[in-house]
Amino acid sequence: MPSSPFPAQAARPDAPAALATAALAGAGPAISDFRLDNGMSVVVIPDHRAPVVTHMVWYRNGSADDPPGKSGIAHFLEHLMFKGTKSHPQGQFSEIIAELGGQENAFTGNDYTAYFQRVAKEHLGVMMEFEADRMTGLVLSDAIVGPERDVVLEERRMHCDADPGAQLNEAVQAALFTHHPYGTPIIGWSHEIEGLNKADALAYYQRFYTPENAILIVAGDVEAEEVRRLAKLHYGPIRPRGEPPSRQRRKEPTPVARRLVTLNDEKVDQPSWQRCYLAPSARTAEPGEAETLEVLAHLLGGGQTSLLYRALVLDDKIAVAAGAHYMGTALDETRFFVYAIPAPGVTMQALDGAVDNVLASLIARGVDAGALERAKTRLVADAIYAQDSQATLARWYGSALATGLAMEDITRWPARIEAVSAEQIVAAARKYLDRRRAVTGYLLPAEADAA
Amino acid sequence: MNTQVASTTRPSAVNIQEIMTPRGVKVWLVEDYAVPVLSIEFAMKGGSSQDPDGKSGAATMLAGLLDEGAGDMDSTAFQQALDEKAIEISFSSDRDYVSGRMRTLIRHVDRAMQLLSLAINAPRLDEAPIVRVREQLSAGLRHEAHDPSAMAGRAWRARTFPGHPYSLSTNGTLESLAAIERADLTALTRSLLTRGALHIGVVGAIDAARAASFVDQVFGQLPTRGDLKSIAAAQLSGLAGVEIVDLDVPQSTIRFGRPAFARRDPDYMASVLVTHILGGGTGLSSRLFREVREKRGLAYSVSASIAALDHAAYVHGGTTTKNERARESLDVIQAEILDLARNGPHEDELVKGKKYLIGSYPLRFDTSTKIAGQLVQIQLDGFGPEWLLERNRLIQAVTMEDARRVAGRLFDDGALSVVMVGRPAKA
Repeated sequence: MPSSPFPAQAARPDAPAALATAALAGAGPAISDFRLDNGMSVVVIPDHRAPVVTHMVWYRNGSADDPPGKSGIAHFLEHLMFKGTKSHPQGQFSEIIAELGGQENAFTGNDYTAYFQRVAKEHLGVMMEFEADRMTGLVLSDAIVGPERDVVLEERRMHCDADPGAQLNEAVQAALFTHHPYGTPIIGWSHEIEGLNKADALAYYQRFYTPENAILIVAGDVEAEEVRRLAKLHYGPIRPRGEPPSRQRRKEPTPVARRLVTLNDEKVDQPSWQRCYLAPSARTAEPGEAETLEVLAHLLGGGQTSLLYRALVLDDKIAVAAGAHYMGTALDETRFFVYAIPAPGVTMQALDGAVDNVLASLIARGVDAGALERAKTRLVADAIYAQDSQATLARWYGSALATGLAMEDITRWPARIEAVSAEQIVAAARKYLDRRRAVTGYLLPAEADAA
Repeated sequence: MNTQVASTTRPSAVNIQEIMTPRGVKVWLVEDYAVPVLSIEFAMKGGSSQDPDGKSGAATMLAGLLDEGAGDMDSTAFQQALDEKAIEISFSSDRDYVSGRMRTLIRHVDRAMQLLSLAINAPRLDEAPIVRVREQLSAGLRHEAHDPSAMAGRAWRARTFPGHPYSLSTNGTLESLAAIERADLTALTRSLLTRGALHIGVVGAIDAARAASFVDQVFGQLPTRGDLKSIAAAQLSGLAGVEIVDLDVPQSTIRFGRPAFARRDPDYMASVLVTHILGGGTGLSSRLFREVREKRGLAYSVSASIAALDHAAYVHGGTTTKNERARESLDVIQAEILDLARNGPHEDELVKGKKYLIGSYPLRFDTSTKIAGQLVQIQLDGFGPEWLLERNRLIQAVTMEDARRVAGRLFDDGALSVVMVGRPAKA
């Protein structure tokens, strides 16, 4: 197949990559985890092939924890975390990282905010020193907050306002999550970003940026004992505040109505179709359900041998691409996402019908044994391929732990995938891939109508 | 400056074995048993510059078809064979070369090499996949038709390389894709898929003997040379004036560039260092980042880098700013480029820039796929394994006088070829 003609397919509201809850096979680096006295969790993932270390701190809060009326504050605070502390003026941390030849960045998801650096291993202590410092020492002023708010507004304009696909994605998520904050964009709504101020940022910071609420992940050319020593030295002195803040988001009511969201725009030359179902996450699901949904997503739309691709692209030739994705790494009920790019002249309704037929057929006839084997092979292999990248492993552990999963959930993942049965898949499809649980999104050119 | 810095930052796990196979194919191997995975990457000179006239996108289409059926396996059978063992094979076409990559669990390496060999030596190019891949590429073009970034890139290339293959898109146009026939694709397999200028990197859990055997199996039977059209050196144009491409969006996307030094120019690494100071690195501490984003809040991202192709070299970069202030962004960028041209970098910028480029080098070598990619790139640039140390030594050796001279030579009068997509307010 050609290297994807399409950028990140439609609704991927979370920043990190696919299959975020996949995991290690039995043979792999000896991963250890422990907790500091102040409650900070630590995970060490050794990989001695390059003298490099990936140092990450994940906070168990994301955009879904933004207070009402202050959407975008989690993401805005992420920006402001680069603006300097009492001990280290703005830019000093980034300058040191640049001098050391490191890479740094941060990202905000619905459920977590993470900060990371990748540097030569001998600089791990320095990274910890600065990261620990900005957990509590952030200094903000209106002179700093103002221009950065402008930067965030530019970021929003760049990624969203000029892009009809992104605008549709926001509208679909808002329609799927009528009550739960996953329906609000991570970057926030423009009019609320404009109103964010220093006090908002500091309130959020004091509530969530605490050692009990943080997870330290260190992957690369390190040993657990050395990481423990350095973590105690740099993060250990941070005073605990008590229990980590509890996160109680408003639960999404059980959906009962099919929803359709359409966006027409003159900048759209290539229509696209998507559907998002409300599904349990790895944390909220019944035992076995999340793994089942992962396998189901792969069977339905994980590549060219998948059911949707075969039916829509190869057999009926009504689509040029089709796929599915289960976004299981979430604290609360989440999305099961299906998409298709129509062939020229094909209507959105035709795609609706074709996808519904594939699902109905799966439910009626069950799962082909060979296809099930291949899906499991691929998913388990992903866990082994992940061992090749310290940065990938760090992200998988971080995102899983930050969304309510435990270490054993991650290490047992391949075995649980292997255990998924054909019957479970059909049951999950019947229960969750129901139109009443879904929003369908049409992206269309200006004058065209869906008909 | 202390040259010992360079040696301690050598990517330590990277021990390159240069192998010549029994069939005379050269391959670089990094033997690594830490993970039960094998990665292979390769490049064959030619690429999209070889697209026939009026048929731009042909090499990309060919690359998209090599895993769509080979030998006596049609597209479905081939994809299923990959899936059964979670083997990953893909191909792509750049301007000057076609490249391919494969990743496999070590326990399936025999099957993986068999499939890779079939894809390269016996692609079927069946009608149905050709139609499908053409449609997929066309859909991609339609998707990008009003994407400001894609529009800026297209306009910039057309303005800067008129009449040269580099002005065209490697993905073609809707018209050119429609014109490509199977005969064009089979002709390209003969000219592009050869051993003539082939560079291979293998990383993973096998030894030299096994690697040599696999490489011969996959590449050993390829024709020794293909009939490549000769491509002229490109002269960059458009270095005066700003081209506006109207699009009703709230921000203007800016692309700028000017000529730079060829890859083998003695000042090349110094120019990389100077360009890094201007707008490189992770983008959080360059001149452009400081002036455009930090100080003025004009953009979320701004950057500049060097592109050294076979027939042209240029420094290029871009940013995105709301229409009301877009011209201000461009003015700031032009001012910083002129300042570097006239005064060179500051001493602390030079010191920090060197530290970054040298210190960050090992980060390119921390996964087997990244290492395989580096092995191929070093060979494409015409260097040997000693480049791993030489590269840092060259950077370390750049003096303030060198940097000043090179900045002057690189940025000269500061003339830029500029495109802005959007509705930038008048100056």
